[in-house]
Amino acid sequence: MLNQLNADGSLRHFLTTEGLPRPLLERILDTAESFSGVIGKSVKKVPLLRGRTVINLFFESSTRTRTTFELAAKRLSADVLNINVATSATSKGESLLDMLHNLEAMQSDMFVVRHADSGAAHFIASHVAPEVRVINAGDGSHAHPTQAMLDMYTIRRHKGELEPLRVAIVGDILHSRVARSQIHALNGLGAGEVRVVAPRTLLPKDVENLGVHVHHDIRNGLRDVDVVITLRLQKERMHGALLPSEQEYYRLYGISREHLALAKPDAIVMHPGPINRGVEIESAVADGPQSVILNQVTNGIAVRMAVMSMCLEHKAAETEA
Amino acid sequence: MNRIRIRQGQLIDANGDPGKRSDLFVAGGEIVGIGEAPDGFTADRSIDASGCLVLPGLVDLSVHLREPGADHKASIDSESRAAAAGGITRMLASPATDPICDTPAVVELVTRRARQTQCTRVMPAGALTRGLAGELLTEVSALKAAGCVALSDGGRPVRNALVLRRALDYAATCGLPVILSAFDPDLMAGSRMHEGWVSARLGIPGSPVAAETAALARGLALAEESGAHVHFARLSTARGAEILARARRDGLPVSADVAMHQLFLTEMDVSGFNSQCHVVPPLRSHADREALRQAVADGTIQAICSDHQPHDADAKAVPFVASEPGISAVDSLLPLALRLVDEGLLTLPQLAARLCRGPAEVLGLSCGLLEVGRPADLCIVDPEIPWWHGPGTMRSHGENSPFIGWEFSGRARYTLLGGRLIHAAEPAGMKTG
Repeated sequence: MLNQLNADGSLRHFLTTEGLPRPLLERILDTAESFSGVIGKSVKKVPLLRGRTVINLFFESSTRTRTTFELAAKRLSADVLNINVATSATSKGESLLDMLHNLEAMQSDMFVVRHADSGAAHFIASHVAPEVRVINAGDGSHAHPTQAMLDMYTIRRHKGELEPLRVAIVGDILHSRVARSQIHALNGLGAGEVRVVAPRTLLPKDVENLGVHVHHDIRNGLRDVDVVITLRLQKERMHGALLPSEQEYYRLYGISREHLALAKPDAIVMHPGPINRGVEIESAVADGPQSVILNQVTNGIAVRMAVMSMCLEHKAAETEA
Repeated sequence: MNRIRIRQGQLIDANGDPGKRSDLFVAGGEIVGIGEAPDGFTADRSIDASGCLVLPGLVDLSVHLREPGADHKASIDSESRAAAAGGITRMLASPATDPICDTPAVVELVTRRARQTQCTRVMPAGALTRGLAGELLTEVSALKAAGCVALSDGGRPVRNALVLRRALDYAATCGLPVILSAFDPDLMAGSRMHEGWVSARLGIPGSPVAAETAALARGLALAEESGAHVHFARLSTARGAEILARARRDGLPVSADVAMHQLFLTEMDVSGFNSQCHVVPPLRSHADREALRQAVADGTIQAICSDHQPHDADAKAVPFVASEPGISAVDSLLPLALRLVDEGLLTLPQLAARLCRGPAEVLGLSCGLLEVGRPADLCIVDPEIPWWHGPGTMRSHGENSPFIGWEFSGRARYTLLGGRLIHAAEPAGMKTG
């Protein structure tokens, strides 16, 4: 298995939150904290990655993730190139590897990759030149580690340290790369209890082996939790006979005011976006005082700055030495 | 030079005593004597087999030769040479070619191409249904007349149980065994690996154990009524082996094989997204692997096949889930089998049963035993030759193998088909032969 760490334990690539040591996870959050000051300033730039080239390689459309990665890279003073492959070379028959090697020939330092196949970021990381870094911006149902880290950052900002916290992740765990990365990050950071709440059709087999408590009844699943994370429900799930209807899903698993009342009174509500109002979350909750959904988006920039700079800092040291 | 004396090899077959060291005499394509030369025998050629095992030639129930239709991956010529070098003397070619092997014309094309190479005997399996579409019957008697020794669903299970029932009845009418894939196509749809905790971690769609057990249950129910000899290909689960054992105890005319890689690898080997470990049916749990090993040892599973699927490099040079499934396996079948003996799972006669006689029986072939009057299909193995499995040693055109980098002991030094030498490698020149 490809190792995303350098020999000294620092980040080389950022492909998954699984197996990352706690000090490293904490360092990502601390580094993000230091960048959040930059974002608040009127001149929102630091020169850490000046002269570096970051290529956003998106094989799947995404607005929020791509733009926050772009902003993060620009605030680190890197040159950024956006390549939307859905409309680009591979549709002309160029293979993924040929395309990668062409982009490498442009002396890029980092690829930020989003791809519909689980394992795509690992594949790319294992085929790029040794000096190139890869950040996984979402691969299939496997991992979305920067989203998970911005969620951890958001939780820490609102609730403090994770140890005493109970966190419930509600919704389509089976297809969710976000949920998988959150589970590994929460466990890596020592969260008190991680629950998943979903019907059996939306849970992977043996999911409890990932280190979660499984609930099918939201009334038990949300009881006394500090953090409620709800996931986006894709409309196509109705066609695969995974769910009967949006209405029934909302009734059983939607984050309504009524369901939220089961959580602790000061519980926060999170969602990786984009939200389906009235499907997985009630509007009054999404816009309500417990919602931190928009804070998540803002925090995404600082966390992505942290990860990008950490992956490239080791490289900077190498070049100078 | 069709009279051959094979000197002082350790003769091993499914009935054999592994200690016996003896001469074996071949003439007219058959074994004509063991120990004592028949009266008046004079050898045209003598092969020194001292220090070697003499086994019946291996019979492989599942190979994809890629011809016709995918010549960029491999050809009948390249793969039958590779198989011969791997000690395989006869192999059943999947009908899933392009065009599908559902007419006598395609059967004849394949057998003609194989005859030109004159290496391992290629036996095309006829398609169980037209175009392997699972709707219409093929002209089974014409396929049989053209040389088909079995029918197969070619890895594309028949969805409609009524069509399957009639296909089994018709095959029984024509006296051909039917090879069925042991998985339900709907429960398998979209999956890329075993459904379990590794697929949960990796976010890769998994295929449940029920994909196999449901297909076996349906196949057994139909086999029981039809009277056809049904052979289930490539079992992958402990539950599947258990169901099969019960059916055999009940006296059903059914048999099964397992792909060699299932006896060595598990879902854990996929955990680094290694596309070389993408196979159908998938690598399953450790417990499944152990149960399959047990079923091979006790004879519930009577044959081990290579499930040979050579690919071009591009087929695997993509992310795991987008890669084409399959392992190029004729090169590693024999050395992995010898490893099962080294590990104490099988005795040498059991190895000969699972790789030679067992598969031969499924197809109703007379080969697979070292007895006077049997075809002189032989595999002479030097069990002590150490070698690394790598692109440099692979004879198959496909270099896709998760076993690359493994160290093996033992290789076929000579392979004979019907008394004719189809592979010979001198000890010093094992690589090129």
